[in-house]
Amino acid sequence: MSAFTDFDTIMERLASRKLWDFPGGVRPNGQKALSNTHPIDQMPLPKTLFVPLKQHIGVDADLIVKVGDHVKRGQPLTESHNPFAVPVHASSSGTITEIAPKVSAHPSGINELTIVIETDGRDHPVKYTPIADYLNQERACLIEAICKAGISGMGGAGFPTHVKSNNVKPLEFLIINGVECEPYISADDRLMREHAWQIRQGIDILEHLLSPKQVIIAIEDNKPEAFKTMSLACQHQTSYQVVSIPTKYPAGGEKQLIQVLTSREVPSDGLPVDVGCLMYNVGTCFAVSDAIIEGKPLTERVVTLTGKALSQPKNVWARIGTPVSDCLQAAGYEPEKQPYPNIIMGGPMMGFTLKSAQCPIVKTTNCLLAPAKRELPTLEQEKPCIRCSACADACPVSLLPQQLFWYSKSKEYELVEDYNLFDCIECGACAYVCPSEIPLVHYYRVAKADIRQQKIDKEKSEKAKVRFESRKARLLAEKKAREEKHRLAAEARKKAMKSDGSGAKDKIAAALARAKAKKAQQAMKASSPDKKEDLSANENPIPSNNAVASSVAESKHGENKSDKIAAAVARAKAKKARQQQEAKANGVNAEDKKPQPQNGASSAGDAGTETPAMDTSNSDSDKKKKIAAAIARAKAKKAAQQKNNDT
Amino acid sequence: MTPNTKSSPHHHTQRDTGAVMRIVMFACLPGIALQAVYFGYGVIVQIVLALITAVIAEALILELRKKPVELALKDCSALLAGLLLAICLPPLAPWWVVVIGTAFAVIVVKQLYGGLGYNLFNPAMAAYVMLLISFPVQMTSWLPPDTLVEQSIGIKDTLFTIFTGFTSDGYSLDQLRVSVDGVTMATPLDHVKTALTQNFTVEEAVASELFNGSRGIGWSMVAIGYLVGGLVLLKLGIINWHIPVSMIAGAVLCATLLFMLDSSIYAGPWFHLVNGSLVVGAFFIATDPVSASTTNYGRLIFGLFIGIWTILIRTFGNYPDAIAFSVILMNMAVPLIDYYTRPRTYGHKVKAKAMSED
Repeated sequence: MSAFTDFDTIMERLASRKLWDFPGGVRPNGQKALSNTHPIDQMPLPKTLFVPLKQHIGVDADLIVKVGDHVKRGQPLTESHNPFAVPVHASSSGTITEIAPKVSAHPSGINELTIVIETDGRDHPVKYTPIADYLNQERACLIEAICKAGISGMGGAGFPTHVKSNNVKPLEFLIINGVECEPYISADDRLMREHAWQIRQGIDILEHLLSPKQVIIAIEDNKPEAFKTMSLACQHQTSYQVVSIPTKYPAGGEKQLIQVLTSREVPSDGLPVDVGCLMYNVGTCFAVSDAIIEGKPLTERVVTLTGKALSQPKNVWARIGTPVSDCLQAAGYEPEKQPYPNIIMGGPMMGFTLKSAQCPIVKTTNCLLAPAKRELPTLEQEKPCIRCSACADACPVSLLPQQLFWYSKSKEYELVEDYNLFDCIECGACAYVCPSEIPLVHYYRVAKADIRQQKIDKEKSEKAKVRFESRKARLLAEKKAREEKHRLAAEARKKAMKSDGSGAKDKIAAALARAKAKKAQQAMKASSPDKKEDLSANENPIPSNNAVASSVAESKHGENKSDKIAAAVARAKAKKARQQQEAKANGVNAEDKKPQPQNGASSAGDAGTETPAMDTSNSDSDKKKKIAAAIARAKAKKAAQQKNNDT
Repeated sequence: MTPNTKSSPHHHTQRDTGAVMRIVMFACLPGIALQAVYFGYGVIVQIVLALITAVIAEALILELRKKPVELALKDCSALLAGLLLAICLPPLAPWWVVVIGTAFAVIVVKQLYGGLGYNLFNPAMAAYVMLLISFPVQMTSWLPPDTLVEQSIGIKDTLFTIFTGFTSDGYSLDQLRVSVDGVTMATPLDHVKTALTQNFTVEEAVASELFNGSRGIGWSMVAIGYLVGGLVLLKLGIINWHIPVSMIAGAVLCATLLFMLDSSIYAGPWFHLVNGSLVVGAFFIATDPVSASTTNYGRLIFGLFIGIWTILIRTFGNYPDAIAFSVILMNMAVPLIDYYTRPRTYGHKVKAKAMSED
């Protein structure tokens, strides 16, 4: 199956109705008859519409309306020049009452920026601008029109349609997906039965845009009526072929349908167009036709309302933004039939349960499922895996779900990736067949999210590392530059000293005098009560400070600084002595506060570290001490810097 | 409202682990019935003993491991292990053989390795090997088929023999095994093996009254019973075709090669198929999901080598039959097989080709 089948072989197989198959798959009870027997109903206009800004894969568009604005049906609410942004439109006329984060139609139920419209019931539309003669229009013009109509893939993923349609690669097959393989859902089925002609118009437009060699319209063989109407609508198009494919879930998955029709496989890191295929959902074709022929933006879609907790399951035309609760009401929701409220958006295999009935219908919503008690068996308890590999037999992409499960559970993410977790399409076939009732897909989602997060974190730390390294390099370069500057300055000074000896001598004398004065100070301190400190102070005759002093003394600029250092040292010492005296006088823990030997000697900075210990003894003198310490610290730092620069 | 939010899919098949195990047990019934017809009621007594022991042992060990007892008992896996062991034992083996074997299978082979899903070895077969090595006399004291025994024994004598070693009339098991003409009867495989060591040819060996052609009387019918059950399992999708087919193919292949080398000392493939436990092994034993390979290619290799080992040990080994040894040997190879037989995932390794075609 891995061989690449050429166009002619595929055409022969299609003509002889000999299709390919994909591995695995399951055949759950379709339950389509619940909802597909009645024509599509028109939902009553809801009082309030909640239109989320983002309903597709891609980026947000910019808001162009504000609270209080009156909008008409079809009026754009957002606008963007980003190619991956799709605008949203007002689904009916009314007033914008609020623009705020609201619960979204997303498995997480996360809040997303939503425009709330109070409808006025008149449903006034904006003036539509159809492009009836699309055959004579520029491609770019049509693609822009599709983009402006706000169309994104209506099969479920919500990929921006104009991006897909802007294809430049060679295209063999334009595949129209009317498979609708998920149980319960019949929205596409009804749409094909009732609007086959308009769908064909949409296909015509896409065919014109993309010029494929062949158009294939694929419909599962459990929808004979839809197959008939679509065949009828396409009978005069020689390059169109309506194909009935065997019913098997998930035959409607993009990759699986391509495999069934062409035996080609979309590369793991590629797109369908890499194997000469592009695929559109029938609902998307309908919307494209609406957008071009009628000039109408996407403001409503067919939604299947089904499940045995509804007294009138059916398909409806629902405005984008209609709250789920309104839809359920329209279908006769009977909450007493459900042991616990459980509304699924999408089908039973891939849909998600809603966090709130206030959640709106969005462009990708094809079904609302309200199952009655025991209609869908609930998984009671996860049992141990018995390695039966029923999951592997069901997997449509030939993964080993069981191995993925073990590794996901034990968080061995390298192995999980090695077993191609990211090729999993989350169709749920594995969990559907699992006799141990293990929620396999849930484990995979958690693992995928964890791995993505790890990658983000890794990227972040990598960036931080780069930043740190470059900062280190910059500091080093600056330091070197400074050293170089000082070396040159010192040389200049030496020269100057040679030329003008007397001035320098004076300075040396001054420095010596200062040093002496300092020594005298130290000697004075020696008479202070704490013998230990004094001893140590005398024993360590501050070589570093001396060095600083002497080196600084040579410099013209340094003179002032060395003074300051000396003063700072002196102050710090004086303070220390005072503190010690105070401590003694207070008689509080005098023993505990034995200063460390080098405190008095080497650096005034240490005085700062000493102060916190004093906090308890005397709060009044606290502030003063702190200030003094801070000053001393600052000075010491400066001195240290100076010293650094000079050495 | 407080919605129930669960991850998709929300749909599920109704066949859970317990159901799978029960279906396998029911599929054993035709084979068991034929065993009872040809070799007496002993097999049923053994099964009852095994099932009771399995439940008690499972409950006991789970209690000790502080695991939920009821949930594990509901999955019926211990019952199935007991059942599979019981049908492999000589029908009149003393009661303590099956009790020790079943307890060993459940407690040591399954639960001490971590419980259902974690055991490396097939519990029934590991227990069988343990019993065969520990109690060789009791484990090889097979009765000849009912039609050949001097005195047919009823339920009462069956129970007496199993629990006391003697019938109500005081006959010992060894006496029961004596045929009408006063020779102690063996199984077909045993008989041929012994005959070959005495320089008889295979042809001469199967001329015994134990055989009808080269089919062992009784044994071949039992094999057909299990074949029917196995086909039902295949049809229901409980087991895949890979292991049974490759295992039988491996055995037939190996036996055919040997037979072609020297048909006088090596029995043919047909002989190996209808005698001994190859069929029950292929459909019920080697297909144990927990200890078998989990990929389709892997299953083919797994089955093929069990078949080959079985014939090799039957022919050159000291034991007349070898399903248990072969299965255990291949259980050990499963992690390696699985590692090297991963299927190609959709969309992988096709890109180069696709590009060149474009």
